[in-house]
Amino acid sequence: MMLELRDVSVARGGVPVLDGVGLVLGPGEAMVLRGPNGSGKTTLLRAVSGLQPVLAGEVSGAERVAYSGHADGLKANLSVAENLAFWAAAFGTRGIEAAMEAYALAPLSDRWAGNLSAGQKRRLGLARMLVTGRPVWVLDEPTVSLDAASVALFAAAVRGHLGAGGAALIATHIDLGLSEARVLDVAAHRAMAPLPGSDEAFL
Amino acid sequence: MRALLWRDLRLAVRAGGGFGLGLAFFLIVTVLVPFAVGPQTGRLASIAPGILWLGALLACLLSLDRIFALDFEDGSLDLLATAPLPLEGVVAVKALAHWFTTGLPLVAAAPALGVLLSLPGPGFFWLFLSLLIGTPALSVIGAFGAALTVGLKRGGLLMSLLVLPLYVPTLIFGAEAARRGAEGLAVETPLMLLGGISAGALALLPFASAAVLRVSLR
Repeated sequence: MMLELRDVSVARGGVPVLDGVGLVLGPGEAMVLRGPNGSGKTTLLRAVSGLQPVLAGEVSGAERVAYSGHADGLKANLSVAENLAFWAAAFGTRGIEAAMEAYALAPLSDRWAGNLSAGQKRRLGLARMLVTGRPVWVLDEPTVSLDAASVALFAAAVRGHLGAGGAALIATHIDLGLSEARVLDVAAHRAMAPLPGSDEAFL
Repeated sequence: MRALLWRDLRLAVRAGGGFGLGLAFFLIVTVLVPFAVGPQTGRLASIAPGILWLGALLACLLSLDRIFALDFEDGSLDLLATAPLPLEGVVAVKALAHWFTTGLPLVAAAPALGVLLSLPGPGFFWLFLSLLIGTPALSVIGAFGAALTVGLKRGGLLMSLLVLPLYVPTLIFGAEAARRGAEGLAVETPLMLLGGISAGALALLPFASAAVLRVSLR
């Protein structure tokens, strides 16, 4: 077992959005989160990564998670290689060549991250997951602004990660071609609206 | 940790990094003061330690909101919080990087700028020493203020209001040590109190800042 959620409830801005979410990811397993905008996918992923507390329930395995959110965490005034090398050092791993190779970033190695296109930045942000050395990838809309070829690179990287015994939890709207991935529709776990007259948010 | 320090220092000295902002402000203040209060040497000499300390403090304040705001905006802070580095260490390293890029240049420049304010001879060493002891406290307290306001848009004003009262003890004892040094009096007591403030801030505030950051990231 890599990551387990038991009966997790999460809130955003004091409003409960998801209730009773449970899932188990083992080695080599991937799960795709689906749900309409505002259904709480990002909130759930942040809770899984330990960035925000859960309202109820339990998350085990948060320390194995590498998180990738909407922002890529890139410094415009550092080169592609410097950005990646920093994250490798921060996670205590070494060697960025494999990650550069996996996302075809080698030709951009000396370019400043600020001069990259949106898709190239995203590729660099995703390459960061490879240098973290963490077994569970938690990805929030990873394919935004990627073209078809880059989506294929991403799918190949995820498949390689799963093949090496990793796990992935991905919130996405598009089909990644990961046929083995299970799908969890968070709309089924929408939290009940608080009863009228309840002023819990003000307490 | 070392990688984070290197990254922050490198970012500070590259284009748009804000290195030299505080130094330029400090220079402007000390150059303009003689024009504003008149060129009488006696009057300038008596206010020089206080002006230099106040200038250094405000110069420090100017660059505080960069400590966390930039990392918050581009998502790095989320990623750092999920990295294996303890958040307390992240805060301490970022405050250290701020001191290297803002505090240390001020300490080095202050004796040179003291000449412009006709600081009396014995005062140069004590000004230098009091700034060297006191500016780390300014960076660490400032990092706490920056952590408190990191999630707010345009939080700079609120941060200044929060941080200024916390800066007062450092300013009082720092400027007092420099003044007493310039007048040839004993400086041990204010220097010790200044050192105590710095040591206490360094020991405690990274923990408070990290706790505040965790709340801000929710």
